[in-house]
Amino acid sequence: MAEEAHSEGGLVFHPMDQFIVKPLFGDGPVEWYTPTNVTLWLGLAVLCTVALFVLGTRGRAIIPTRVQSVAELAYGFIYKMVEDIAGPEGARYFPKIFTLFVFIIMTNYLALIPMSFSPTSHIAATAVLGFGVFFAVTALGFIKNGTHFLGLFWMSEAPLILRPIIAVIEVISYFVRPVSHSIRLAGNIMAGHTVIKVFAAFAGVAALSPVSVFAIVAIYGLEVLVAFIQAYVFTILTCVYLRDALHPGH
Amino acid sequence: MEGELASLGQFIGAGFAAIGSGLAAIGVGNVAGNFLAGALRNPSAAGGQTATLFIGLAFAEALGIFAFLVALLLMFAV
Repeated sequence: MAEEAHSEGGLVFHPMDQFIVKPLFGDGPVEWYTPTNVTLWLGLAVLCTVALFVLGTRGRAIIPTRVQSVAELAYGFIYKMVEDIAGPEGARYFPKIFTLFVFIIMTNYLALIPMSFSPTSHIAATAVLGFGVFFAVTALGFIKNGTHFLGLFWMSEAPLILRPIIAVIEVISYFVRPVSHSIRLAGNIMAGHTVIKVFAAFAGVAALSPVSVFAIVAIYGLEVLVAFIQAYVFTILTCVYLRDALHPGH
Repeated sequence: MEGELASLGQFIGAGFAAIGSGLAAIGVGNVAGNFLAGALRNPSAAGGQTATLFIGLAFAEALGIFAFLVALLLMFAV
């Protein structure tokens, strides 16, 4: 596919080449145990998380150091959001939600390092997160509320004639949730990185190269914003789904 | 010849799918603009509604991302 595009598109490199999963050592086939570039960047994300939240807060100072205050701000920010949206009972599930936020934001920001790899640009990676949230929340809704959870689909305020139609729409929208939840993150990250590479390809043309440099700088700034906003949106939607599971009454 | 016709269809289809991304931009702009209009009238209530703003943005944007995905699928996966 890549070779084809090289000859057709006339680009020096293909903008989607950055998303290819390759083994770290050698050129063998990718098995489930092969250390790939995905493994490397996921591992680095975990290391950065440990550095920020374990080593950074180890001093437990009353007057926090810079690293400690970053960790505390992130913690407080997400805790307040969970409490605001999912309610006080939702705060029990804060560790899971905070883990999701930290994991996504770390992988997103590490992916902004030039020549790095972004695991969150793969739907395979985000689908695990999205469907994980979906199954967890659905199971939680049935465990907490029993069959009353189905009231999520049966709008008691709507006129009786409309209720079955609304129920069908609600069921469809409920099952599209994990799909849009995961594709939104992967799509945003993939789109941003592809746009940067497309502009980078213009640098090969001498007349266009200043435009290319400015465009890359501008889009890189946007991507820094998007990396945060997508992590935030992912966690906020997780909170909304959690609230629906805890309080299914419409 | 037939292969060229098929890739012509792919590229035209991908171009049409890209229109969807632009339409999602209108939706996102609507959400953000209306939020700002409301926030400037009642700034004290705006702070509590940022979460709602982001949820609205996310929902409006999701459909644009779907269009983008269709374009990508046509370009690289078909």
